[in-house]
This record gives sequence, C-alpha cells and structure tokens, in this order.
Amino acid sequence: MTSGVGSVAGLAFDLALGGLLLATALAAVAGRNLFGGVVAFVVYGLLASLAWVRLGAIDVALAEAAIGAGLTGVLLVGAVARLARIGAVEPAPTAPVGKALAALGAVGVAGAIALAVLALPEGRPGLGPEVARNLEASGVENPVTAVLIVFRGYDTLIESIVLLAALVGVWAASLERDWGGLPGLRQHARPGGVMATFARLVPSIGIVVGIYVVHAGAYAPGGAFQGGTILAAVYLLAAMAGLVEPPAVSRLPVRLALALGPAVFLGLGVVGALGGTFLAFPEAVAGTLVLVVETALTVSIAATLALLVLGPPARPSPGGAP
Amino acid sequence: MSALDLFSLAALTVGAGFFVAGTVGLLRFPDLHTRLHALTKADNLGLGFVVLGVMPHLGGLLPALKVVGVWVLAMLAAGTAAQLVARAALPRRPPPEEG
Amino acid sequence: MSPDLAPHATIYALVGAALVGLGLYGLVARRHPLRRLVGFNIMGSGLFIVFGAAGMGPLGPDPVPQALIITGIVVAFSATALITALAGRYAALTGRAGLPEETPPPEGGAAGRPEAS
Repeated sequence: MTSGVGSVAGLAFDLALGGLLLATALAAVAGRNLFGGVVAFVVYGLLASLAWVRLGAIDVALAEAAIGAGLTGVLLVGAVARLARIGAVEPAPTAPVGKALAALGAVGVAGAIALAVLALPEGRPGLGPEVARNLEASGVENPVTAVLIVFRGYDTLIESIVLLAALVGVWAASLERDWGGLPGLRQHARPGGVMATFARLVPSIGIVVGIYVVHAGAYAPGGAFQGGTILAAVYLLAAMAGLVEPPAVSRLPVRLALALGPAVFLGLGVVGALGGTFLAFPEAVAGTLVLVVETALTVSIAATLALLVLGPPARPSPGGAP
Repeated sequence: MSALDLFSLAALTVGAGFFVAGTVGLLRFPDLHTRLHALTKADNLGLGFVVLGVMPHLGGLLPALKVVGVWVLAMLAAGTAAQLVARAALPRRPPPEEG
Repeated sequence: MSPDLAPHATIYALVGAALVGLGLYGLVARRHPLRRLVGFNIMGSGLFIVFGAAGMGPLGPDPVPQALIITGIVVAFSATALITALAGRYAALTGRAGLPEETPPPEGGAAGRPEAS
C-alpha cells in the first residue's frame, strides 16, 4: 500500500480474495452434498479471517479463524456425522418457485445493503479517536480489549451470560436419564495411533499459546475470547483422541469453572456500582482489574465453548444420580 | 533489488509452484489416497518455501523463528489429518459421510 | 463510490453485502437444518464484514465495531451450538433431519415425546 505497484497488487489480491469468499460461500449454501457444504464453510471461514487481516482487524481475524471456522466447523462436521449415523430422512427440496422467490429476496437484500455502503457519508470520524483519547484511562494498550472489557463492559458481561444460557439450552436437549451426565458420545481412538500421538504433542504448545494470546490482549491483538478458544480446542483435541474423559456436567468443579468469569465480572461491576458507576474501574488499578476479569473470563469461555462443542449429555453420570 | 529480494522471489516462486502442483494433483488424480498424497506432500513443501522466502523480511530472528514454528505445526497437523482421512477411507472405498 | 472508504474496504463491504444475500438464500431456500445453519452463519459473517469495512476510517480500523463483531462471532457460535443440539435430538426422536411439511395430527397427546432415543 506504500508504492503504486504495491497498491495495485494489493487491490488484485483483495479482488481475488473477495471472489474466493463468494465462491466458497456459494458452494457452502448451494452445493448438492451436505458434507461438502460444511467443508466449504470451513474454508470460507479461514478466507474470511484473511479478509479481516486485510482490513487491519487482527483481533477479529483471530476470533473468526478460531471460533467462526474452527469450532463451528467441528460442531457442524460432528452434526453431519451424527445425522448420518441415525440415518435421518432428509427433507424434500424447496420447489423451484420457492427457490426463485428466495433468490429474488436475497438479491434485493444484498442490493439494498450494497447501496447503503456506497451511500455512506463522507468524513465519518467513527469512534476510533474517542477510544484513543480515553485509552490511557482503560489501563490497557489494545483499543479493542479496552472497548470489550472497559468501555462496553456491559456487552461482554451479557455475552458471557448468553454463552451460559446457550449451554443450558444444549444440555436441555438431553434425555431425562442423561441429565447432568457425561457430555457427548464415547470417543474411539486407537491408543497408540497418530491421533493420540498428535493429541499428546500439541497441548503443551497449545496451552502456552492460549495463555500467551490472553495475556497479549492487553497490548496487542488477542484476549480472553481468542485465547479461551485455543484452550478449549486443546481440550477438545485431547477428548477426541480419548486421552481425557469429559467430566459429568453436574460436577461442582465444572459448574464453578463455567460461572467464574461472569461472577467475577459481575462482582467487580457491583463493587464499581458501590463507588458510583456500575462496571466502572478506578483508573489507578484499571490495568490489574482488566487482567483479573480477562483471566476469569478465559476459564469460563474455555469451559463453555468446549462443553458447547461436546454437546448434550448422552450417558448417565457414573456416580449415579447427580 | 538486493540479493535477499532475489532469494525471496526465487523461494516464493518455487513455493507457489509446489502449491500449483499439489492443486493439480488434487484435481486430476483418480482416487482419494493419491489426491491426499499430492496435497499433503506438495503443500507442506510449498509452505516451507514460502516461509523461507518471507523469513528475511520479518525484521528479526524471533519473528522468523515464529514463522518456522508455524510451518512445523502446519506440517504436523496436515500429516496427522492426512493419516486420519486415509485410514477412514480404507475399509469402504467411497469417502465417508455421503449426503 | 464513497470517497471516504479506502478502495479495499469498499471491495470487502460490497463482498459482505453479497455474502448476506447468499447466506439469506441458504437460510430460506434450503430445507436441511444444518444447511440452514451454514446459511445463517454466512449471513452473519457477511454482515460483520460490511460492518467492519464500513468502520474503516482514515485512521485505520475502528476498535468499537471490532469489539462488537467479536461479541457477534461468539454469540453466533452459541446459537449454532444450540440449534445443532436441537436438530440432533429431533432427528434422534423422529428419524427426520428437518421439520415436516405439515403438523402431524396429535395422537392422544403423547405422540410428540417418545422416550427412547
């Protein structure tokens, strides 16, 4: 983007990436084979994370690659396999008239959004300067983390509770006898096989990287969501290789890990409320408090995401009634 | 253009060549196992050359080592995934998860 | 073309608009619940890209949309996990991968909840 040649090459790259995004999205939505569609969606997610890098939004790129492509991909591949195992009857395709109407509506919506994009007014300063002016008071150097934890703490607090609500919803899809039991089906992996070896090798690196990404969120791209996702992925890898058995979801340590983040965040918010404003951090200790909240959130996010992917309890708790 | 730039250009070109070869193999080879072979081997090598070409421009030893780490991890993951896919495809010939 | 957006941000914003359309089509026109879920996710992702690209100012990316988008990605994931679990349970109970065309007639009130999976 510095020289003329560079910007032309960059523009060509952006056009190619945009075309690939549209092609993979089309394959994911309109392809005939469902499994192929899910694979196309994972590819789409990785390309989308590249687009975020091009837009300079590295924090979003990390979240998109880890959650949008990674965890969602695992979830969907698992669901396709489960439906195939059940032998579920697929619904009849939509009639051509319905498809044409849907396509017409979709083109209309896309066109309206495109027109809105082109009609954006000039000289919008955005909220970037405002964030930059107040960054000092937030106690962190990464403006995205400052917005997430300090300036718009409400959003993040409620989001962490949304995650918990979704998990309770997933658990509610279990049979009565399995309620509070062991999540997911038993994994079968050969003890000495490549999967087990891979799952023994990677966690040591993954845990370090996950914690680093959380800590780096204070001054560089990263944070509780991205790092927590990496830690959840490490756990899921070990669980899929049969190296660890996920605990019954009614166990106290599981419940504590799930509740820790929202509880700490809410608790600090209430302390702030006693001092005047809900969720307000005193400037002198803001940096420390952000680290405390991020650490607690990381534990809960990692536990919640891993359990969301493992799915509803499918086997009764070994210790009898929960 | 300095010698380092020429080196990068050469390495990136070779890397891109391997990626093209791997993709051609994926599209042209007849069955799953040969396709897997083309994809894993050629792409790992291609990524290696891309890493080699990018390394001198990262401004330091640490970033360069990080990129090498990325390459090693990508190879490890690709190798494992290829093994698992190949094994899953062994008993029944068409790839699993139709529909 | 809005002169305020950098050219590459405009490209991604327009691609995002098209992605919303593609995802909406998948959500409406396809019948399989997992396919609809893929459409829903692409629609959301396209909207995030529009939002993020429109937030590109002369000083670079705006951190506020970025934070909101990260929140959105996580919420979209939790919705996906919930729908996946519901679709799996429904398939296990009825042997069908999607809701039927019409509501089946009730049989003594208990037909809707068989016990075995």
